Amino acid sequence: MKILVPVKRVIDYNVKPRVKADGTGVDLANVKMSMNPFDEIAIEEAIRLKEKGAATEIVAVSVGPAKAQETLRTALAMGADRAILVESDEEVEPLAIAKILKAIADEEAPGLIILGKQSISDDSNQTGQMLAALMGRPQGTFANTVEVDGDSVTVKREVDGGLQTVKLALPAIVTTDLRLNEPRYASLPNIMKAKQKPLAHKTAADYGVDLTPRLKTLKVAEPPVRQAGEKVADVAALVEKIKALGIA
Amino acid sequence: MKTLVLVEHDNTKLHDATLAVVTAASKLGEVHLLIAGHNCGGVAEAAAKIAGVAKVHVADDAAYANGLAENVAPLAAALMEHHDAFLAPATTSGKNIAPRVAAHLDVMQVSEILSVEGPKTFTRPIYAGNAIATVESTDAKLVITVRGTAFEKAATEGGSAAIEAVSGAGDAGISSFVSAEIAKSERPELTSAKIIVSGGRALKDAETFEAVITPLADKLGAAIGASRAAVDAGYVPNDYQVGQTGKIVAPEVYFAIGISGAIQHLAGMKDSKVIIAINKDEDAPIFQVADIGLVADLYAAVPELTGALSG
Repeated sequence: MKILVPVKRVIDYNVKPRVKADGTGVDLANVKMSMNPFDEIAIEEAIRLKEKGAATEIVAVSVGPAKAQETLRTALAMGADRAILVESDEEVEPLAIAKILKAIADEEAPGLIILGKQSISDDSNQTGQMLAALMGRPQGTFANTVEVDGDSVTVKREVDGGLQTVKLALPAIVTTDLRLNEPRYASLPNIMKAKQKPLAHKTAADYGVDLTPRLKTLKVAEPPVRQAGEKVADVAALVEKIKALGIA
Repeated sequence: MKTLVLVEHDNTKLHDATLAVVTAASKLGEVHLLIAGHNCGGVAEAAAKIAGVAKVHVADDAAYANGLAENVAPLAAALMEHHDAFLAPATTSGKNIAPRVAAHLDVMQVSEILSVEGPKTFTRPIYAGNAIATVESTDAKLVITVRGTAFEKAATEGGSAAIEAVSGAGDAGISSFVSAEIAKSERPELTSAKIIVSGGRALKDAETFEAVITPLADKLGAAIGASRAAVDAGYVPNDYQVGQTGKIVAPEVYFAIGISGAIQHLAGMKDSKVIIAINKDEDAPIFQVADIGLVADLYAAVPELTGALSG
């Protein structure tokens, strides 16, 4: 079974994003970029399935600027076998990404597609579900545990209130939550080896997908700033404050 | 404009998350509800009483009992032939289903809206709420998820909507429900609680978390939350997590205990009315957003606080 893992290049998890002064977006110039953390978890899960013998090949895909190659090389260094970069300098919306991924899935015929539940940039949480709908295949979103068994996959999902387990017919789409696994670091020899692994360059036109955005961003602004309040000296002073709030 | 709101429920009880979505939908136009479930007549009756609702569509079928997206999304997409906007709460179940509906309709979803600025214009948080985008949809129909804390809840009484049975294709035959482990608790739910007591990594282990946080929460009648670090370390279950990728909360009072205040955590709670932080590190970022801060060792301070509040 082949596993397809879409990954996204995003602003690093530890960097605090700054809104551009002209209100057109978030400033990405000279900012550290990394693989979306949920996508690292997706790559890791695919590698573990391959190590267990449940998968034979892992194909990483990214839709984004030329520099998304670095993100794909990271995926290859972690353990993906080959990569496809669908290059676009414009921001591509989840719906269009899902259409590109569907076209790639039609060619590659993976048994599983594992992707992050959301990117930490636009926080949309849509791509996996949209891809599943376009393919007419089942989805196991917010996965906590993934077990492949013959022609089905059982996914334990993190839901409000606890956990839900669903059984999906393959091919299926899985989106990762935080506790699915802890991604490995790529070793230096593997980083060197990753440079030799195949990376195909494509464009959205190769897949016949129109990238025209459906949402127009009119403005991007800083959120209202919360002012720090006061520090109290001890518990007695805190109790006074809490009583003044009328909650105790 | 005619809107269709996906009702969140467990076949017996209507979930509060629905009420804020009704308010958001009413800003766009006429509000219709969709209840997809099984033996869910009680939910339909409760839904019909929500103020401002014009019609309740009920699809009662075993295939919809567990809200499987593969089965519910085609049903919702078919009903969208007669509606202009589909709205769902930005809960795990809404987030699971809505994008699937959007793809069926070839619509780009607007996720987790904070406000309705016009018939097709909304604000939504990006980058963990570090930026707020104003976006306008150019699609013929709208698919939206709604952040519950950003809208008032519609009243649960006062409406008298017509209830209409609808049917869909039923079981798509590609997925099945196996089991659920849903914690039963007497506590208020995190997303609707007036007071939340949250603990962080500083609580050391599950036993300590329980021993320190629970008595204070009990005293205040509060819900219990946690930072990602505390959840990852196994102190509490995953559904306690407050933050960018966990639950978004905005209670009257939020206690952050032993939580340093990573931006991902702040993203989930910084709209709380009053934030109270207890942390022994006086430079912890949590103090930059806290209304009331106490620099202290939580192992001494929290039990003392709990004791003082009882008297």
